[in-house]
Amino acid sequence: MTSTALPALPRRRRRGRRAGAPRGLLIGGLVAAALSLVPIVFLALEARGVSASEAQRLLLRPRVGDLLANTVGLIVATTALCAVIGVGAAWCIERTNVPGRRVWMVLLVLPLAIPEFVSSFGWVSFFTSMRGFWGALLVTVVAYFPFVLLPTAAVLRGSDPALEETARSLGLSGWSTFWRVTAPQLRLPVLGGGLIIALHLLAEYGAFAQLRFPTLATEIYAQYQLGFDGASAAILALVLVALSLALLLAEVIARGRARYARVGSGTKRPRARLALGRRAPLVIAGLGLLTILSLGVPLAALVYWVAQGSSSTLPPTSLLTAVTTTLGLSLGAAVVTVALALPVALLSARHGGGASRLIERSTYVARALPGVVIGLALVSFSIRSASWLYQTTTLLVIAYAILFLPLALVAIRGPLAQIPPRMEDVARSLGLGGLRAFARTTLPLLRTGLGAGAALVFLSTVTELTGTLLLRPTGTETLATRFWTYASSLSYGAAAPYAAVMVAISALPAYLLIRRLDGAGS
Amino acid sequence: MRRRSIAWIALAAVAAALTACGGSGSSATAGSDPITVYSGQHEQTMATLVADFKKRTGIDVKLRSSDEASLANQVLREGSASPADVFVAENPPALTVLERKGLFAPVDAATLSKTPSRLNAPKKDWVAASARSAVLAYNTEKLRPAELPGKLQDLAKPAWRGKIGFAPTETDFQPLITAVRALHGAGAAQSWLQGLKSNGKVYDDNEALIAAVNRGEIAAGLIDHYYWYRLRDEVGASKVHSALHYFDAGDAGALVDVSGAAALKSSTHPREAQRFLSYLVSKPAQEIIATSESYEYPLGSGVQTKRDLKPFDQLKPPAISVEQLGDGRDALRALQDVGLI
Repeated sequence: MTSTALPALPRRRRRGRRAGAPRGLLIGGLVAAALSLVPIVFLALEARGVSASEAQRLLLRPRVGDLLANTVGLIVATTALCAVIGVGAAWCIERTNVPGRRVWMVLLVLPLAIPEFVSSFGWVSFFTSMRGFWGALLVTVVAYFPFVLLPTAAVLRGSDPALEETARSLGLSGWSTFWRVTAPQLRLPVLGGGLIIALHLLAEYGAFAQLRFPTLATEIYAQYQLGFDGASAAILALVLVALSLALLLAEVIARGRARYARVGSGTKRPRARLALGRRAPLVIAGLGLLTILSLGVPLAALVYWVAQGSSSTLPPTSLLTAVTTTLGLSLGAAVVTVALALPVALLSARHGGGASRLIERSTYVARALPGVVIGLALVSFSIRSASWLYQTTTLLVIAYAILFLPLALVAIRGPLAQIPPRMEDVARSLGLGGLRAFARTTLPLLRTGLGAGAALVFLSTVTELTGTLLLRPTGTETLATRFWTYASSLSYGAAAPYAAVMVAISALPAYLLIRRLDGAGS
Repeated sequence: MRRRSIAWIALAAVAAALTACGGSGSSATAGSDPITVYSGQHEQTMATLVADFKKRTGIDVKLRSSDEASLANQVLREGSASPADVFVAENPPALTVLERKGLFAPVDAATLSKTPSRLNAPKKDWVAASARSAVLAYNTEKLRPAELPGKLQDLAKPAWRGKIGFAPTETDFQPLITAVRALHGAGAAQSWLQGLKSNGKVYDDNEALIAAVNRGEIAAGLIDHYYWYRLRDEVGASKVHSALHYFDAGDAGALVDVSGAAALKSSTHPREAQRFLSYLVSKPAQEIIATSESYEYPLGSGVQTKRDLKPFDQLKPPAISVEQLGDGRDALRALQDVGLI
């Protein structure tokens, strides 16, 4: 029996069934794609300034080979481990009777609220030998696994228990049921989370610099830092673009053309959870270890800084201003980014033609570029073509949207795939216009996804540093820039409160993410 | 209905927050126009200087602090459209890069005369404001003073295997390579870097390096002197397990590097920009630098440091001109060829 024989499992999509996307949707998608491509266009322009022989000298060094090996090796290892840990933890929380399931969920999503430069500094200050590949692997896995855990838990909770019960009743063992019935449904969340993690890893700089693990991104920073002209940095950044294109292609192939929607979820019975019995302590120990590694170590580092540092001069006004600025920017970025992501997600889920696919894929590429590359490209762009935008809050929010669009997109596309488009068709056949039909059928069902997308963008904006330093209006200070100011003059005691407030602020959307998840289950 | 109205309120709040942020960022204050200073210097010291400048002249300053390389890259892209009036760097290469693009205006002669002329830009378009010395910081439990090197190039010898840390991506490291090149030639610089690479441990920045030296993770590290003093402030003198060692007189390792400031040619407030430069080397400003927690050496108006630094006139730097330090491109190439970046 193949998995396609079970109800509501991936079915082949009949091509061309829903051709012709509404014009408004196309325009929205094109705007998002155009914005995302601005940095890449400027990179290409800049790379033209490099002669062929210089490009050859830069790219064909043994060092670049090492950097490529480091980058690709880490992506493969981290993404695979995150998938295993993320799915494992989600399954334990959603499908077993492990005690304190809600608490575990909160604890395991919170690592998203900790900036990478804080967590890697925490690791390095406690374990000075944490260096190189294994150090980078550990730090990135415990920082990024929630990107798989969250969407996987949502799908596990949202799916109909009847599917698995039917499989069991037909004689499949627990493991076979997982592999043949549960796992295929997890394909979208795992691939989406994995894609985000892989793109993050291409762009990550701060953590790898701390851990002394050279990658293409750290090399690009070094080129800007010491070379100033930026052209050689652009050449290397184009290598990142090429790698991200390969990743995007791989994900499309792995995602396949399966569909996951059902008409009417019916009334789900409460799910029977796997009784862990004697295995419970083992599961608790595993989840506990994960919590200590991902949350305990960075938080302990913050406490340690405050205790150790003698520079704990805390001007309350500057902290308060930084908090309000950070909140305003992050809320703005969340709303704008989700608004840009929605048409892209709709296009790719509902009108899967070549153009829609291209639009969707093009919004991911910028995520593979380090913040400094995007920041400088937007400096060039606005100085040349839109000087009234330069160093304004608006441009800063646009930069956040470009950086974090993929996060919103991945959060939206999973739930969207589970909503059958026929409901909207029915609403239309009953006389509603296109927009109103969408607003009354799909949009309410999509609240979970939109909320999750907004929360993820909010979290990421709170901790964004390099792009902010380049693009903020002069005089604007966020929590991250204040933290950087003190940390870069060795005043860790003074820097720690800013990091602590960053984590506290981010805990709120992290909590909302979990609340949303509860909503999906009820 | 309720849910919808909450969504609208949230949207309105966001819009209000955004306009509020935008307003404070772009609006000019009443009275004299503020000038914009891009500063790669120690932010706390710069903020004190800016506040004092405003008190004395009534000219408001918008201060944009970041690391000097990001700011230099930013100005390179902004070109003549730059909103900056003044650019303050930490090392000469950042200034030289912008100078060679013709982005700076000449500095008033009266301002230049306040600091030693050999430390100012040869083309007289930036002025040196403060200085720092290259040093070797060493862990006092791992190394005895007798074991310390006289010359920078000694660190490439096998005796230093596993004992030396350095941060090749720091803009502070580049001038050392240039100094070895200028004194001993490109080949010597190359083999020195090669030796350093096989002996040493690479750190991301000088902050991480000095902390590692102090806790004994590595025996010694190449830094600028003030990192050690700032660390001492942070951890407290009782937890300092390291000390500073100065290289031989005239050796590349005894390099004294200057931080300078320039007025941009495109400035819309050229007079105020020049006043800021003149203030930076004036007695009051230099005294702020002399007492500040940045621990740099003041250079102008005869002011001496008030901190417990080795006196400035006892530093014996090599005979390398600011012009020889250049834009650091040769140093970058050397780092690439050795495979350190």
